[in-house]
Amino acid sequence: MIQLDNLTKVFDTPKGAVVAADHISMTVPSGEICILLGPSGCGKTTTLKMINRIVKPTSGKVFINGEDTTALDTQDLRRNIGYVIQQIGLFPNMTIEENITVVPKLLGWDKARYRERARELMAMISMEPDAFLKRFPSELSGGQQQRIGVARALAADPPVMLMDEPFGAIDPINRAVIQDEFLKMQQELKKTIMFVSHDIDEAIKMGDRVAIFREGKLVQHSSPDDLLAAPKNAFVESFLGEDRALKRLNLVKVEEVVSDEIATVSPGDTLETALARIDDYGYQNAILMVNDQRQPVGLITRAKARTTKGYCRDHFENVPATVTLEDDLRKVASLMFSQDATWLPCVDDEGRVCGQITQRAMTHHLGSRFRAREAATRNPDSAVKE
Amino acid sequence: MELIQYALDNIDLLATRTLEHIALVGVAVGIATLTGVPIGIAITKNERLAQAVLYAASIIVTIPSIALFGIMIPVLSLIGQGIGYLPAVIAVLLYSQLPIIRNTYTAINNVDPALREAARGIGMSPNQRLRMVEIPLAVPVIMAGVRTAVVLNIGVMAIAAYIGAGGLGTFISRGISQSDPRQLIVGAVAVSLLAIIVDYTLLYAQKRLTPRGMKLDASTA
Repeated sequence: MIQLDNLTKVFDTPKGAVVAADHISMTVPSGEICILLGPSGCGKTTTLKMINRIVKPTSGKVFINGEDTTALDTQDLRRNIGYVIQQIGLFPNMTIEENITVVPKLLGWDKARYRERARELMAMISMEPDAFLKRFPSELSGGQQQRIGVARALAADPPVMLMDEPFGAIDPINRAVIQDEFLKMQQELKKTIMFVSHDIDEAIKMGDRVAIFREGKLVQHSSPDDLLAAPKNAFVESFLGEDRALKRLNLVKVEEVVSDEIATVSPGDTLETALARIDDYGYQNAILMVNDQRQPVGLITRAKARTTKGYCRDHFENVPATVTLEDDLRKVASLMFSQDATWLPCVDDEGRVCGQITQRAMTHHLGSRFRAREAATRNPDSAVKE
Repeated sequence: MELIQYALDNIDLLATRTLEHIALVGVAVGIATLTGVPIGIAITKNERLAQAVLYAASIIVTIPSIALFGIMIPVLSLIGQGIGYLPAVIAVLLYSQLPIIRNTYTAINNVDPALREAARGIGMSPNQRLRMVEIPLAVPVIMAGVRTAVVLNIGVMAIAAYIGAGGLGTFISRGISQSDPRQLIVGAVAVSLLAIIVDYTLLYAQKRLTPRGMKLDASTA
């Protein structure tokens, strides 16, 4: 757990005092990732760096796992906090192995232990130990270097990690890969992480919670979903962008929206039966045809069923796409747009139909939070206005 | 032909003088490295002190060597060392300070701030940062300063022959006083050759001392 209590930094500049961070109080529960987000100069990086005293706080306190860090020795404090920076900062004069074992060495581990740890860490970041440990940072690509940067921060297994735009300098494709790998690692490691970003999409993807900063103040601290659904004021709203409802698509899984009520026909049914069922269920265009294992095999269109006689097995069209319960709505929406579909069948792990997802259900789900908020703001609340 | 003949006839003397010359410069620059590098590192902690020290070192270099020898004669005569080995070494020691201090200071100051922050962030103490990161990264530039000092002072040391310090300058000073162009030219060529050879030798040493990871960096850049 990281707890900040009225953390404040005032820089004395030739133009006078500048308050970079103004009485920041917040808590990051154990095992969660908290993203500090905001435009440049908003105080997010200063706040992060006060935790490991790269920036010395003017006033206020930092608690880690309930312990006040003010009294701790700076070097001890830092050795127990993983630190990853945007510029990566691998030491060019050291091999990969020397780089990732720096902290264990500083902590006085014996050689066998830290060498073993180096191999563990390489496995954790999916890099072949024998191929990389003896090489130098300059021989690695940017993405590989930042993986090593993360490994170095994790080397002594610190409970807390600070990450300052760690993936900001990596190209978009590799960034997405590294983000996914990192989230997978985090599921097992359960570190308490503070993570500075200026990328709203990254924040929504990586964060259990997002803290929005502006001009040294913490404006809003909430879950990504709450943030997108209920921005606290006009600044947050504009920072999130006009398409913030669409950004929530990333956060919602099919299983939250899926309807398990879906009518199907089997290949042996007649088109007459199919038409009747389409009408019964009020489907507009088509009905799904499934095989004995309830796997989707085709679509019977209303037009075909109405104009033709015969069995479904002779007159079906291909299923444009299916989705699984774990897919997010962004993928679903994308499939719907590309297939010109208003609904898609949803399948379970064995490929059996378990429900359907409709555009209507998606918009209803996403809109419910906004509607709830509008209802609330009809009672004007001065705090909501800026 | 006459010159080559002269050089061959006096090959033993030439070798002795060359060794004297190398020993004088070697001892002086060696001591200068031992003092200059720590000074260069120390002044990175204080910008104003750094400016003062570099200024003082620059002023020393502007003093003509003949004048410096002249100043030292009465001072060092107090301990009976007015001429000869000691003032020669002191002069070279002083002249070497600027390139060595300046290069050390610049090299340490120019260590990538991101590396410095990473080193602090993972919990290195200031001394550990110096030893594990800053000095290894600064070595190539510090060595370049030492090279400059050596090459510069091989020339200065030639003049120290006038105060009886020995070395290859003896050929030049005798050549002038005896109006003997053979000695003059042999001495001058020997000094130049020595400077070139030592420069390349130190360049090789500099490359050997550069951390391997940084050499790779330079070759891909």
